[in-house]
Amino acid sequence: MIFAIEVAIGGLLVGVMYSLVALGFVLIYKSSGVFNFAQGDMTLLAALALVGFLTIFPLWLAILAALVLMIALAIAIEAIVLRPLVARPPLALFMATIGLGFFLQGIGQGIWGTDPKGLDIGISDIPFKIKGLLISQFDLAGGALAGGLVFALVWFFQKSRTGRALRAVSDDHEAALSVGIPLRRAWAISWAIAGLVALVAGIMWGSRLGVQFSLSLIALKALPILILGGIDSIPGAIIAGLVVGASENLAEVFLGPYVGGGIQTFFPYLLALVVLWFKPYGMFGREIIERV
Amino acid sequence: MNQNPLLRVNNIEVVYEHVILVLKGVSLEVPEGGLVALLGANGAGKSTTLKAISNLLRAERGEVTKGVIEFMGNRIDRKDAAEVVRRGIVQVMEGRRKFEHLTVEDDLLTGAYSRRDTHLVKKDLDLVYSYFPRLAERRNVKTGYISGGEQQMVVIGRALMARPKLMLLDEPSMGLAPLLVQEIFDIVVRLNREEKVAILLAEQNAAMALQVARYGYIMENGRLVLDGDADTLRDNEDVREFYLGLTEIGKKSYRNVKHYKRRKRWLT
Repeated sequence: MIFAIEVAIGGLLVGVMYSLVALGFVLIYKSSGVFNFAQGDMTLLAALALVGFLTIFPLWLAILAALVLMIALAIAIEAIVLRPLVARPPLALFMATIGLGFFLQGIGQGIWGTDPKGLDIGISDIPFKIKGLLISQFDLAGGALAGGLVFALVWFFQKSRTGRALRAVSDDHEAALSVGIPLRRAWAISWAIAGLVALVAGIMWGSRLGVQFSLSLIALKALPILILGGIDSIPGAIIAGLVVGASENLAEVFLGPYVGGGIQTFFPYLLALVVLWFKPYGMFGREIIERV
Repeated sequence: MNQNPLLRVNNIEVVYEHVILVLKGVSLEVPEGGLVALLGANGAGKSTTLKAISNLLRAERGEVTKGVIEFMGNRIDRKDAAEVVRRGIVQVMEGRRKFEHLTVEDDLLTGAYSRRDTHLVKKDLDLVYSYFPRLAERRNVKTGYISGGEQQMVVIGRALMARPKLMLLDEPSMGLAPLLVQEIFDIVVRLNREEKVAILLAEQNAAMALQVARYGYIMENGRLVLDGDADTLRDNEDVREFYLGLTEIGKKSYRNVKHYKRRKRWLT
């Protein structure tokens, strides 16, 4: 039983970090209605930049520099990619983010190289014991950081003036424009927040898996989470991330041996499929309100 | 009309997608505190005219290619939409464009986004609730779930939250029951009189619009064809026939409609 709880807790903590990646997608989707294919590559770029800056700066300054880079990137993306595509079909924007993804990946690897790099942020991965349970210190730190970020974001979207404006933009661009909400700034802000989330995810995942190309593939982990939680729900991304993390760990350990193992990689997709049968907008997705 | 109107639209031309000419030589004025109607059938160019003023055109890939739009003596035809709002013009778009996943109160508050005097926002929210008491009751309900009339109230109230000097109202009567239309128009008149908000009202419901407006313009095919005081327009034979559905003997009976068309006098 203790072992099962350990597996579940380990899964939950990893799940929080999955949520972090999914959150980046949700933020962009909420404000601009675009599925941002480049989110994984933004994570990779942020991690690469951080590793690069670490060679010249101390840790806190390197993180700050990487953050500035992500914000500058958000502003550039708004001006170069999004603005010319205003009032174009959403598919055009989606395609643009695919291109953007390749571009960011290439730029990042061009500047900082393609060889896998270690990222050490000073949290050791030595498990410690609480009441007989073995818990990874690193996962705990990651979970706490992600949890804090999520609370801050929920507060920002629900309570602040700018957050309210961003929600309005996601409901109806043109109407938001008509009440004087500057769309460009709204988009730049949401991409900057997505950049921040990418940076945090890049730090956590980068120091766990090493910084290399495959980091951009953790975006694939976000897909079942988005389907489960609903693509436009912040709480949905969190809870679905936890569900995916815990369930894939438990499934691997307890179901895996019966089917030959390795079900961790596809179990979340299976779960997502089942949820879709019952909740087509995901567990917390925004329903399309139709009055008849 | 006035020597120094609040809004002066001078001979503008609007082109969509660089090729489609939709407005030709439109000129109109709205005086300080005025209530002006812009009438016309579907596709006549009313909404485009309003969007040219508020510069929501750009979001639809349209552009003012000729002419000048002045607000309080300053050109605004090159300013972006947010700047136009900051200067005091808010458009209420047709089709009740509420933010359906926001609560009534949040939706109203987005209207105050462009304001700097944030401490007065609460007072104005109460003001909106005093004009639309039904919204106060429903303040915590998502706007997607309230009735059509209430949604129209939300979008008008939201525009009021920006404290505009000029409100551009696009088809507030669309799709609403006659009783509600009356209620909305009464409030529009009160806003005009009590809050001193000038109003440019685009409407297909000419009878209703000419009842409340003091001056009117009539559009057809992207041009202005006639303008005058509301009383004069109401008595104009062509307006009576084509927009109010009346003839000299009163209500028109469709049994007697001949197959030839009466020629409009303003078309030469």
